[in-house]
Amino acid sequence: MTVISDPGRDVDSGYRPSPLQQARIAHRRRQTVLSVVVAAASTAVVGVLAVVAVTGAPGWQRVRESFLDPAIARESLPLVLHGLWLNLRLLAFCAAGALLLGLAIALLRTLRPAVFFPLRALAASYTYLFRGTPLLIVLYLLTFGVPGLRLQGTPSLLVLGGLALTIVYAAYLAEVFRAGIESVHPSQRAAARSLGLTHGQTMRHVVLPQALRRVAPPLLNDLVALQKDVGLISLAGPIDAIRMAQIQTAEHYNYTPYLVAGALFVLMAIPLIAVTDWVTLRAARRQSAEAAA
Amino acid sequence: MSTPPLRSTLAGALALAALALAAACAPQEEPGAGSTASAAPADCAPATLKTVTAGKLTVATDDPAYPPWFADNKPDSGQGFESAVAYAVAEKLGYTKDQVVWTRITFNTAIAPGPKTFDFDVNQFSITEERRRAVDFSSPYYDVAQTVITIKGSKIAGAKTLAELKNAKLGAQVGTTSFRAVTEVVKPAVEPAVFNNNDDAKKQLQNGTVDGIVVDLPTAFYMTAAELEGGLIVGQLPQPSGTPEQFGLVLDKGSALTSCVSQAVDALRAAGTLDALQKQWLAGVAGAPTLG
Repeated sequence: MTVISDPGRDVDSGYRPSPLQQARIAHRRRQTVLSVVVAAASTAVVGVLAVVAVTGAPGWQRVRESFLDPAIARESLPLVLHGLWLNLRLLAFCAAGALLLGLAIALLRTLRPAVFFPLRALAASYTYLFRGTPLLIVLYLLTFGVPGLRLQGTPSLLVLGGLALTIVYAAYLAEVFRAGIESVHPSQRAAARSLGLTHGQTMRHVVLPQALRRVAPPLLNDLVALQKDVGLISLAGPIDAIRMAQIQTAEHYNYTPYLVAGALFVLMAIPLIAVTDWVTLRAARRQSAEAAA
Repeated sequence: MSTPPLRSTLAGALALAALALAAACAPQEEPGAGSTASAAPADCAPATLKTVTAGKLTVATDDPAYPPWFADNKPDSGQGFESAVAYAVAEKLGYTKDQVVWTRITFNTAIAPGPKTFDFDVNQFSITEERRRAVDFSSPYYDVAQTVITIKGSKIAGAKTLAELKNAKLGAQVGTTSFRAVTEVVKPAVEPAVFNNNDDAKKQLQNGTVDGIVVDLPTAFYMTAAELEGGLIVGQLPQPSGTPEQFGLVLDKGSALTSCVSQAVDALRAAGTLDALQKQWLAGVAGAPTLG
């Protein structure tokens, strides 16, 4: 395979920007530096104002004692971390389950032949039902109602709660997947079929790769949301990070443990949010590159 | 609260002017500070007490409020132990029954550092040293024991000792000393379950996902007698660390009312009123075996 050289991008081709272009680049760099300085200055002003307003408030001393107590933060950190481990494990299982279930439902919803109408209708009502039902209610029904049936082999509360999260999030993810699948132009499908690919092969090799790339940012966004909602499992009895923070808060009559849990959740979310931003940026660049070509 | 904005602005301006004047003339003692310690019984009258609403006593509790502490979730009925205690304290302070106003406050709001909307909160708050750093407590009005309850057929139904609870899955309401009793007294090998409220705990006990739940003794008697089908009291738990667990009324940190409310509670205990109210509302709670 020969590499087609591109004078605009290939450094090895000896390309050097013209003096005019160099001047443009320098100007842009100055503008960037200037805007960073302005942004930093305005942030500093806002920050100082906020700090003065908060710390100058008459109740600040008491708020600081009940929200920012270093001793209580240290004491509650290991316990909250122990709870966070449950959140992390649950996130891994629920995310995998919801992605698979969501994709399956999206595929069912995009089946065209008339004979599959019952499946399509079932998949559609699933997304309607579980996007409409509050997660808390699904959780209650599964973790309090199902064990009440007293059936043999009822799974543990943790599994039932995880199932509730998976079911609800699969409904959201299914719609994201469907949007992606339907965004692929019908001509692609027609071309693939005319080449002799079956429906399954068309989906696997032509439609889904494009669809997944397009909906990666919203998918990751939903996973960030799931990451916080796994904490709702505590309603069923297991002790997660937020519940542990609540217990510590009750023991000390001090809210610092909540802030500890909040900070840990932000730390946990940052990698996923960073990946989302990066994927979005890359997709945007590619799209504009395609448009420019 | 219901003062028209103009009047309250005027009052505020006047107060500010007075304060400025006072500050200019002489170093003024901060209002509220220091006055609590020396409060004589004569100061504890509706005319002098700085309550949330002048001339009224605002008492808070949770929603819903449970028996045997309150009856039918109606704190203003005077029925139930804590409702009766609240009215007895109000009477001691010189408030008539219709001067007592009830408000509903969740646990989290009661301990938040912001301004309080109640004069005291009565909701089975156990007095601990950690909690004293955030709120004021009155003198204790009830000595409480934590109790394990279960239902017929559970694996801990016949337990006689703490050791027999080691491998049980126990549950309790979040933020309660009941949960603390599980982790500090029973120390089970299985991680206990924590529920938003006792109704959830009760439901999971019936479902069989927990073997037993821990509640305070009067609640245990009420639940096993009236609420749980086949409910059983397994036994009382020993006190966690020497000091007996006691309920106190919760007041804002540094509240000017604390000493007055404490004096009222002390007077009620001395007069035998607290004992009488216990007999009336928490009858039959004696006699549950203590687990060794």
